[in-house]
Amino acid sequence: MRSASRTARGRRLVAALGAAIIAMPLVAACGSDSGITINVYYSPEQVFDKVVAKCNQQANGRYTIAYNKLPREGDGQREQMVRRLAANDSEMDVLGLDVVWVAEFAEAGWILEWTGQHKAEAERDVFPGPLSTAQWNGKLYSATKNTNVQLLWYDDRLTPSPPKTFDEMISTAEQLKKDGKPHQILLTAAQYEGLVVNYNTIVNSAGGHILSDDGKSVVMDEGAVKGLEILKRLASVGVTSSDLTSAKEQQVQLGFQQANSKAAFQLNWPFVYASIKSDAPDRFQHLRWTQYPGVIPGQPSKPTIGGFNLAVSAYSRHPQESFEAALCLRNADNQKFQAINESLPPTIQSVYDDPTPVDKDKPADEKTNPTMVMAYPMKDAVFESLKASESRPLTPAYQNASTVISAILSPPGDIDPPATAARLKRELQDALQSKGILP
Amino acid sequence: MTHAAVKPAPADAAKKPKQELSEGKRAERKLGLLLCAPAAIVMIAVTGWPVIYSIWLSMQRYDLRFPNQSEFVFLDNYATVLGSGYWWDAFGLTMLITVVSVILELVLGMCLALIMHRTIVGRGIVRTVSLIPYGIVTVVAAFSWRYAWDDKTGYLSDLVSAGALTDKTAAFFTVVLAEVWKTTPFMALLLMAGLALVPDDLLKAASMDGAGPWQRFTKVMVPVMKPAILVALLFRTLDAFRIFDNLFVLTPGTSSVSIQTYNNLIKGLNLGIGSTMSVLIFITVAIIAFIFIKVFGTAAPGSDPGGKR
Repeated sequence: MRSASRTARGRRLVAALGAAIIAMPLVAACGSDSGITINVYYSPEQVFDKVVAKCNQQANGRYTIAYNKLPREGDGQREQMVRRLAANDSEMDVLGLDVVWVAEFAEAGWILEWTGQHKAEAERDVFPGPLSTAQWNGKLYSATKNTNVQLLWYDDRLTPSPPKTFDEMISTAEQLKKDGKPHQILLTAAQYEGLVVNYNTIVNSAGGHILSDDGKSVVMDEGAVKGLEILKRLASVGVTSSDLTSAKEQQVQLGFQQANSKAAFQLNWPFVYASIKSDAPDRFQHLRWTQYPGVIPGQPSKPTIGGFNLAVSAYSRHPQESFEAALCLRNADNQKFQAINESLPPTIQSVYDDPTPVDKDKPADEKTNPTMVMAYPMKDAVFESLKASESRPLTPAYQNASTVISAILSPPGDIDPPATAARLKRELQDALQSKGILP
Repeated sequence: MTHAAVKPAPADAAKKPKQELSEGKRAERKLGLLLCAPAAIVMIAVTGWPVIYSIWLSMQRYDLRFPNQSEFVFLDNYATVLGSGYWWDAFGLTMLITVVSVILELVLGMCLALIMHRTIVGRGIVRTVSLIPYGIVTVVAAFSWRYAWDDKTGYLSDLVSAGALTDKTAAFFTVVLAEVWKTTPFMALLLMAGLALVPDDLLKAASMDGAGPWQRFTKVMVPVMKPAILVALLFRTLDAFRIFDNLFVLTPGTSSVSIQTYNNLIKGLNLGIGSTMSVLIFITVAIIAFIFIKVFGTAAPGSDPGGKR
């Protein structure tokens, strides 16, 4: 009897212990519920954690933003988010979307529409171009965080007056090559989005269209064929680097700043300014920039808008706080902070003319407390480029269209303009309806 | 040879009239089935259901981004995939990589196995060391290959002028080389097990009869090792057909069938097309296994009739 009751008691003890162990995470979860955590999923940026810290301070304990870094590459970022959103994951609150994903996420019902006060705040003083990337079907689905636009970066020892068009740039490079000087034109031409961006810019600058404005049908007009001709010529006259077909942003930047660089030009985003400044001081002394080269002489280029927007997940458990957190992360002060420290172009127009330094209370100083003018000297070029810029076709099937374009254009040296254009037209039509297969 | 002798046995057994089972025997058998049932149900749930579900998905137009447009399309997806040049490009490339790398692995693996078999000093160490490439996670190995052959910074990049990872042909050979480097030890290990089956007496007798080393190898060792060779080939062929990591890391943009399936399923979120592709891969793998087992007579593990009761 006694021993039996003892074993029963023992068993009960074990059961209680087991229950306690199982319940522990639940109890812990309840404990942290008093403070709301807003999970931000965003690509890795150098100073974004400081922005997060500032916003946490401003939230004053109402919520805490946790910065979860997504993979460095765009495809990897999108993949993680869509995979989890398709599974209704409620652990994601604020999502960092590349400007071309907004339509897709909105159409799939994964992100919330912005309305009322939040909408007004998110739209205030934003460039029309970047703002259009935040909308879908006339509704606002995200807040612009930073925009982006590629510039032509060059070395003033090689080309004191930079080329204005692609033709001019190619012949300048050929001349430099003859003279035995660094001559290469570096651009992102691996089989990925970076190639599509370049092609899109060239086509827009030539006055052409790949897709119709509503993103529902394929156009592929003369300008689009002209774009193919330029890419083909650029890749086949021997003025690009040997790794052209695997070059992404990072390789382009490294190729330009490495010690025995053969590069005279690079087409890249403004982030290279801060990178070259810290990594290659010698080259930085002679680093200059201008607008992306055009196609038609006398007409400026129409560069493709890049950048990121912040959206609130439809499965978030704290949508109100998420909207507030997103607005804080992209407010004028933080956009200025990131422009100065990381060369990320703001989407809010007034930031470009803001004369005050990062810390308003202290005097401006080139090194410790710079203003926009001091740390962001390419702001005028970016401002001008943004005025002429055009966004990529807005369509929920953008990923398919982009995959098809990059597959068909790669390697650029194999392009046969009329035939490639016909093939693009055929396969893009399928891609827009998410029919056909992705290569 | 052994097959021919053993095969009729189960056929004979089947022909025999069924014996009446005693009550106890029947109860025992019922209990046996009941005891097996949970495991069998779990197996079906884990392996059978996904297969059935993907066949079901493959007959639908189902894109996660356009949930409202889902519909049953029967075999349309198969027509789309099988009518696409992209699929056949990927299929051809996968097959080419499979055939070339498996042949190279077989030859090199055999050499390695013979060396390891004959090693007298430090046999254990030699075997362990030669297995290291197989022990490295494929993605990690693929990255080390990429860094080695990178056009700008790779320490091996100067060996070839074309660009080991950017030129199409060169990149193909780099990928094959990476595959061969990684899996030859596995092949060698399986072949070494086969070598152990070759009795020394046979070899001695052959050499007494005047057979040279090459004759001893082709006329004695290979026939005796045949089951081991075929199992090694089957395993490696199926493995090589699934190639993903090396291609994905070394040459982004090149598609094997697995990568293409992944692109359509995960990147494109197109469950219909992606499932169609995975069903096609499943069928191809089944055909490869069928050819090996039925045509070449590979003995599948566990098919030895001695194991049956």
